[in-house]
Amino acid sequence: MIPAAFEYVAPRSVAEAVALLRQHSYDAKVIAGGQSLIPMMRFRMAQPKVLVDIGRIPGLDYLREEDGYLRIGALVRHATMEHSPLIQERYPLLAATARVVADPLVRNLGTVAGSLVHADPAGDWAAAMMAARAQVVVAGPDGERVIGIDDFLVDTFTTALEPDELVVEVRVPIPGPRSGGDYQKIERKVGDFATAAVAVQVTLDEAGRCQQAGIGLCAVGPITLRAAAAEEALVGQPLDEATIRKAAALAAEAAQPTSDTRGSAEYKRDMVRVLTIRALRSAAARALKA
Amino acid sequence: MGHRIAVTINGQRYEAEVEPRLLLVHFIREVAGLTGTHIGCDTTSCGACTVILNGKPIKSCTMFAVQADGSEIRTVEGLAQNGEFHPIQKAFWECHGLQCGYCTPGMLMAGVALLERNPNPTEDEVRRAISGNLCRCTGYQNIVKSILRAAEMMRGGAGVASGSPVGRGSPAQ
Repeated sequence: MIPAAFEYVAPRSVAEAVALLRQHSYDAKVIAGGQSLIPMMRFRMAQPKVLVDIGRIPGLDYLREEDGYLRIGALVRHATMEHSPLIQERYPLLAATARVVADPLVRNLGTVAGSLVHADPAGDWAAAMMAARAQVVVAGPDGERVIGIDDFLVDTFTTALEPDELVVEVRVPIPGPRSGGDYQKIERKVGDFATAAVAVQVTLDEAGRCQQAGIGLCAVGPITLRAAAAEEALVGQPLDEATIRKAAALAAEAAQPTSDTRGSAEYKRDMVRVLTIRALRSAAARALKA
Repeated sequence: MGHRIAVTINGQRYEAEVEPRLLLVHFIREVAGLTGTHIGCDTTSCGACTVILNGKPIKSCTMFAVQADGSEIRTVEGLAQNGEFHPIQKAFWECHGLQCGYCTPGMLMAGVALLERNPNPTEDEVRRAISGNLCRCTGYQNIVKSILRAAEMMRGGAGVASGSPVGRGSPAQ
């Protein structure tokens, strides 16, 4: 299928990109890896008049720890996350997520930031970043602003981005000692959207009680969901089997699944429970070792 | 509105004025005339259009040609050198790694990209590396055997006999 015709511009700086977005407003769409946008354009579900390709802006592909955050530049690909020793060693939640995004070919082009901007409720990174309590750094005509992930994701395919803004960085707070995380996903086959997936990040105190918890739910609602009641049930408790099961039941309650070809709503809700148990067990085991 | 782009495909430079909506796979097939790269699903699912772009395997149906301006691309036509098959092509032949052959160019490119990054992959690593490539004939068993066999050939150099017993395509194996 051939996408509708569009005008193509490839700015060489963020300022130039913002100026183009300002000029073309809702007619323009930013392309980075294009692994969600191009399929949508081929189906003509998206028909931007102007495509602003940020792929040629130098210096947006950094991945480093700085000032208390893991800083992920807007052009960091899924595969970069997957193969990064830093991510593999220090960010088990992000490493587990990177391995199951789409398929290996798509992972070589698609970007983490682009996945968040796409705001598909079945997007893996949105759930992971919710569990990790990430922030999104946005550039616009008046400079940069930082948006927490919960506020960034507004609705299905809708973010807090203004038409003249673009994401330049995703920031993840560097986890303290005794932290661990995991991403558990059920998919019919590689590359399909998740039937359901759960992202978990925990930090334990010296006595082994849960100090901080983040749980993001993928593909079980109109938008990525935070299982807030489940998180609250974990804080202050040792992550034993009883606590884990209680939190998992609350996470399942927070899910808003609908029945489709991937499974019934009841099935998906129960999978949220099962995946939360698995993710919490593994996150807790990793936190004890970290 | 046309955009003038230049890409290198299998060492040869191609320059053309293209419409921005021209997909890379159409550039490769229709502008460069290299029809070994197939279009399968047109939905970013099947991987038949896999090419190696700047060292990494990608789906050429999910990139605009204008995005690839200045890139180095390798397609299935670039595998054989001086009339001699690439080891991965020999291995697919030997191990019955193809039936209808439609997915094969993509499988070969995904396989080559893996072996260049990891000369000694496990079976699991091979299966993961081709998990973005669909085959509706073989059931994958002989494709996996072929890539493992190619790894062996590429590591062992010229000393590998062509009549190797590895995975001669018996479904019972």
